[in-house]
Amino acid sequence: MLGRLTIDAIPLYSWVAMGGAAVTVGGGLAVFLLITYLRAWKMLWRDWLTSVDHKKIGIMYVVLALVMLVRGFIDALMMRAQQAISLNNEGYLPPEHFEQIFSSHGTIMIFFVAMPFLTGLINIIVPQQIGARDVAFPFLNSVSLWMTAAGAALVLISLAVGKFSTAGWTGYPPYSGVEYSPGVGVDYWIWALLVSGIGSTLSGINFIVTIVKNRCPGMHLMRMPMFTWTTLCISILMAFAFPALTVVAAQLALDRTLGFHFFTNEAGGNMMMFANLLWIWGHPEVYILILPAFGIFSEVVATFSRKRLFGYESLVYATACIAILSFTVWLHHFFTMGSSANVNAVFGIATMIIAVPTGVKIFDWLFTMYRGRIEFHPSMVYTIGFMVTFVIGGVTGVLLALPPADYLMHNSTFLVAHFHNMLIPGALFGYFAGLNYWFPKAFGFKLDAKWGIRSFWFWMVGFYLAFMPLYALGFMGMSRRMEHYADPSWQPFLIVAALGAVCVLCGIICIGIQLYVSIKTWGSSADVTGDPWNGRTLEWATSSPPAPYNFAVLPEVRDIDAFHEMKLRGTAYTPPDRYEDIVMPKSTGLGPILGGLAFVLGFSMVWYIWWLAALCFVLSLVCVGIRACDDDTDFVMPAAEVEKIERARLARITPSNMHDMRPFVPKGAASGLPMPGGAA
Amino acid sequence: MTEQTERDLTSYLTGFALALVLTAIPFGLVWAELLSGPAIYVVIGIAAVLQVLVHLVFFLHLNLKSTPVENLFFLGFAAVLIVIMVGGSLWIMIDLHHRMM
Repeated sequence: MLGRLTIDAIPLYSWVAMGGAAVTVGGGLAVFLLITYLRAWKMLWRDWLTSVDHKKIGIMYVVLALVMLVRGFIDALMMRAQQAISLNNEGYLPPEHFEQIFSSHGTIMIFFVAMPFLTGLINIIVPQQIGARDVAFPFLNSVSLWMTAAGAALVLISLAVGKFSTAGWTGYPPYSGVEYSPGVGVDYWIWALLVSGIGSTLSGINFIVTIVKNRCPGMHLMRMPMFTWTTLCISILMAFAFPALTVVAAQLALDRTLGFHFFTNEAGGNMMMFANLLWIWGHPEVYILILPAFGIFSEVVATFSRKRLFGYESLVYATACIAILSFTVWLHHFFTMGSSANVNAVFGIATMIIAVPTGVKIFDWLFTMYRGRIEFHPSMVYTIGFMVTFVIGGVTGVLLALPPADYLMHNSTFLVAHFHNMLIPGALFGYFAGLNYWFPKAFGFKLDAKWGIRSFWFWMVGFYLAFMPLYALGFMGMSRRMEHYADPSWQPFLIVAALGAVCVLCGIICIGIQLYVSIKTWGSSADVTGDPWNGRTLEWATSSPPAPYNFAVLPEVRDIDAFHEMKLRGTAYTPPDRYEDIVMPKSTGLGPILGGLAFVLGFSMVWYIWWLAALCFVLSLVCVGIRACDDDTDFVMPAAEVEKIERARLARITPSNMHDMRPFVPKGAASGLPMPGGAA
Repeated sequence: MTEQTERDLTSYLTGFALALVLTAIPFGLVWAELLSGPAIYVVIGIAAVLQVLVHLVFFLHLNLKSTPVENLFFLGFAAVLIVIMVGGSLWIMIDLHHRMM
């Protein structure tokens, strides 16, 4: 009846694991009770959970990412604490528990922090940047969100019921095969990936169609803001790369559950094929995480340098180059597998070539700042911190791209330091910059800048303290994922790294305080005009937070910096002659229901509760059928209501609080020059 | 029946017949044990690729003249990526196979 789920699944084996389970369950219970106490369930369900509005879905994605960031960071802190004390002793974590922690840290940070964070920011901003009223498929968007949330819930519940994988976030067989890992851990990992992977693939398709089909008049491809361009590129990567992950995870599930032999040692299986397929997804994934952050940096650096982005076209081509090259380098993740020198050399050279378009971008940002009037807003500070730190990571990456050097450093802490050096400044700093930059757009008030700067410095110093010692330790021969060690010369470095982790903890606490302070004083930092930073792109043309339909009248774009150009002409806030009815998608509960079914399906597959899995699968099909037969999915917002909302918005915008750019129109010889990007 | 729908019907029927033939060939070869060794994989592979093309042309009405350029672009891009992924995997795994001999 309950498969292999018994009372033994409760983690009574260690106090630390028990504590983790208690915090997870207690935290969930506390949130449940708080919502009940506030009598907010009905409002939450009606206005948020069932919403198909891209802005609300985006906010929910970011909330999910921040919650999971805390969970993933606690894992990191525990690992650093363990390694700081475990010289010639067992430390405080038993080996099996330590292995679960590094596996869940990687899985959570990639799939349930970085992915939802970037998908959330894209959801909130991209439709507004291209002058659209919503994404192409609003209901699919809701399904994507709830699939991702279901995957995250599977990882979280593995703390309290059963164990998580001990096979690392990449789960290489044969160790992750049923012979060596017979428990439920690897199954939790597989099903979390499968369920959330479907969500990511659907998001990718949704954004491709949105950007290709839903642009407003005049928004040619070469007038799209950089963040939209990077989104288009990573959406294509998502649509093409994630199926590889889904296939490889499904094959491993077949091996484990039904006795197939894709990746086993015997019966014709080939475990190297797993590494091959995983990294066919895995390397594009790195760029899926990092390119949107590059887009955010491009927006931030132009806005806060008060200049047009330098080398817009080169940035577009560099982005597209990186997107295509990202599919040609996957073997560098397993140089030591034993391929011949020719194979290794080809992939090594391809890897080094990627540094070229990335370098182009760095120079473009630097030249944008050159002679600009730089304003040190937290998002700009994160951008500058990124540029300085990311270059170090890039250089160590080029070093690792040499196969002979890789043979020395593979699986050492040098590698760990390298990819954290790419992903923390490259991806996470970008998302934080985006959070600080676009928060007023999503919520209507600004984030506190003082605490933003403080969080940046803690993150920055913490990052260097935590990962520079790991570069040195890699050279000294320390391999990654060590539960304890016997070399006393390593310990000082590991203690410094642990201090770095404490520093990052302070950074995360600062972000918490920043949110608290900003919410408390929101009245004084309200964004009345919808354009708090004197922005250049179309998302600042809407109110903050935007009306459900974003744009009452679809804007007409004449330039790359569309909104900046409207402000120069003085037409940014001109009311139209007449308003029209707007067709909007209706909220639907099917998104969260499908997500819930996917969660129970995954859970019952992990525990071999076959009847429940079959039931959930059939019910999911029924839900899809119900949606497919439903012709009444839209409602009409009457022109009178649109007019009321817009009149109230325009009344709040006065000459004293708007950014009037008319005095800055180019004069003399410069005025006759065509605006770059103006020709079709 | 108008001329347009008649042409559509012919296209679908031609596609259906071709798809059947292309399915029958690999099944027949395996069932009747006509070929063995690497040759059979090559034939099955070719039949599979032709099958994809038949579906694109006769069922999805892919046409170099009337299909919008961006659709052709995305399809070409997909083809390039598939060649990179499948070709690269074959190259890597065959190379590894030789070195493990």
